[in-house]
Amino acid sequence: MTLDSRDPAPSAAGDLQDKELVQLQGVVCLMGGFPALAGLDLTVGSGEIVGLRGANGAGKTTVLRLCAGLVTLSRGSGSVLGHDLGTRAGRRSTRKAVGLLGHDTSLYDDLTVEQNVRFWARANRAAEPDVLAAMDHLGVAGRVATVKVAGLSAGQRRRTALAILVARRPRLWLLDEPHAGLDHDGRNLLDQLLMDAAAAGATIMVATHDVGRIDDILTRTVIVHGGTVHEHPIRPIGRPGGTDV
Amino acid sequence: MSSIARKLAGPSSSRGTRILGALALVSTVLLLLLGLIWSPREVDQADAVRLMYVHVPSAVVGLYFAFGVTLVGSIVYLRKQSDFWDLMAHAGAEIGVLFCAFVLVTGALWGRPTWGVYWEWDPRITSTTVTLVLYLGYLAVRRMDLDPVVRSRRAAILGIISFANLLIVKQSVEWWRGLHQGSTVGIDTQMDGLMFFTLAWGVLTFTLIFAWLLMHRFRLAWYEHQAAAVSLDDAIAARRGEHRSSLAGEAI
Amino acid sequence: MFELLRDARMVLGKDLLIERSSRVVTAQVVPFAVMILILFGFGISPDLRILDSTATVAPSVLSRVTPGLLFLAVLFASLLAIGRSFGVEANDGTLDGLRMAGLDPAGIFLGKAGAVVVQLLGVSAVVTSGAFLFFSVRIEWSVARAVLGVTTAGAAITAIAAAGTLYSALAAGQRERESLVPLLVIPVLAPVLLGASQATEAALFGAVADGWPWVAALAAFAALYVGAGILSFETLLEDM
Repeated sequence: MTLDSRDPAPSAAGDLQDKELVQLQGVVCLMGGFPALAGLDLTVGSGEIVGLRGANGAGKTTVLRLCAGLVTLSRGSGSVLGHDLGTRAGRRSTRKAVGLLGHDTSLYDDLTVEQNVRFWARANRAAEPDVLAAMDHLGVAGRVATVKVAGLSAGQRRRTALAILVARRPRLWLLDEPHAGLDHDGRNLLDQLLMDAAAAGATIMVATHDVGRIDDILTRTVIVHGGTVHEHPIRPIGRPGGTDV
Repeated sequence: MSSIARKLAGPSSSRGTRILGALALVSTVLLLLLGLIWSPREVDQADAVRLMYVHVPSAVVGLYFAFGVTLVGSIVYLRKQSDFWDLMAHAGAEIGVLFCAFVLVTGALWGRPTWGVYWEWDPRITSTTVTLVLYLGYLAVRRMDLDPVVRSRRAAILGIISFANLLIVKQSVEWWRGLHQGSTVGIDTQMDGLMFFTLAWGVLTFTLIFAWLLMHRFRLAWYEHQAAAVSLDDAIAARRGEHRSSLAGEAI
Repeated sequence: MFELLRDARMVLGKDLLIERSSRVVTAQVVPFAVMILILFGFGISPDLRILDSTATVAPSVLSRVTPGLLFLAVLFASLLAIGRSFGVEANDGTLDGLRMAGLDPAGIFLGKAGAVVVQLLGVSAVVTSGAFLFFSVRIEWSVARAVLGVTTAGAAITAIAAAGTLYSALAAGQRERESLVPLLVIPVLAPVLLGASQATEAALFGAVADGWPWVAALAAFAALYVGAGILSFETLLEDM
């Protein structure tokens, strides 16, 4: 891990002012032969908080996984934080520099919360105090920390995963339905976390159905549809949830 | 093959394969004459020796030529991402498996009159059987439900390791059987000039058949590959179309 | 190099920690392997004896074929241990987590294979004791025999773990992984079974010197597969 991605977010954002953190052009991503992304263009500037919306299967998850450097692109070009997504080295650098919270929480069921967090913190080269602070902040310290992850509720799993993500201090946050499974307090906590990160200069891309609450902090909403992007100005949302559940 | 593929595909034959096919046919007829009529009976094995003229060549061609094509194709694919060599590797393995099975059947048929049993723990037969399963595994990996590029890459790694395995299996089985019996009876028999010539002719014939099959199988794979590329364009267009068709109906 | 070993140790420690808290290998794979030994007794009658005029008590067939049965039991148990090793990564996207953490792929390979080696050493210790007990194996003990036997087990298990980990990664992300991995691994490990049985045969009943060439071959095989895993894991894990 290079030093600069460990830098606190504000100075990093300063370096990248007016630069495009995410640039995708005509991207085609195949998932088992199916074009999940079908020629998608998207640009995200430094410090933006972009909401991704769209029906199930529209390609939101693939956009986030692509930006995380986890999937390869078959056509088009893309870069994240200046790393070329078209090369293996670029994807590897991207993965180290960004933070992703996907549908999966990436936790080992047989280990306790604390064992999980410690392992992932070491793997991610996160600082110990950051880890403890994050666990405390997300309410997975204390008694919960000694419970095996298999015994956690969905919300607690997500809080644990968030603690790991926060301790990682990514410059670009990629969140896929982060509110799923969280209770009322958890949702508030998450929103506050995102606002803090944004205030500190982090760039955030979040796919969410949880309309309303997060709109206040979004700088832009993007509609993903049929593996492409349809830019929308922020507009009032009539039907919460809409067709996508 | 999908309907698009069928529309796109030409014949899998060409001038080259037709000439090759004709040569293989003539060569096969000559091999039959050489093997069944012109070459002499063997002292110990009598007429069973005649099976050797197809058994040994198919083993040489199948194990080394066909799986050799898979090895070379895999290496070149990993270095250059050339689809041509990826398809070659696949075609080579399929034909190799076919030849391997043929080796085992002819070996068993030869074993019955010679050894009195269909299966003897002969090093070559044993290692060929293991090799057959090895490459059935390779073909299973080629059928995995994955992104085509990822699948090809994994198959290429397997294609390289499998060839090393083929050699290891062969060597280890020979060491193992070498402990328990002297040199294998049967194939290492005294051969006169015409018998040797017939065997060499067999290798030539099977090489021609292999090359002919390889070209056909490769071209078929190539058409499928092309069709997949075309249908990808269609799939992308259809995927983008989801956008327009459903935007109207959705109150986003 | 330092990074590689650091990552390997981290993954190895994590896998052993998972085993310590879940006890799947200890409580399920070990009894399974012991049960296989018992089944061999059912399949090959313990009353079948070898006619041997020099021995006061005719040895049973079962005791004479112990070397092969021993490693067959270890081999079958290893399929479960290897399946478990990748089973823990198949849930909840932890393989993605490892990739996101930027761990060296070769380190992940060494760590996972290393954890399987540790577990299989435990399994084989129990299975060996079980075989001596159930099959009434009588041998003349000597240090040379013990050293050969232990080295054989170490080399064979390293080969099994390395090949098994490599092929599991090849089949990663596949629903039919559970049947595909054995199909891929068993023919590959056939020479290992051969070598290990021959070396153990020498350690138990034959001349010790006859066993070492087989151990050398096993070690070469293990080295080849460790090398292949180190070289190919990047390609296998980077872009899934």
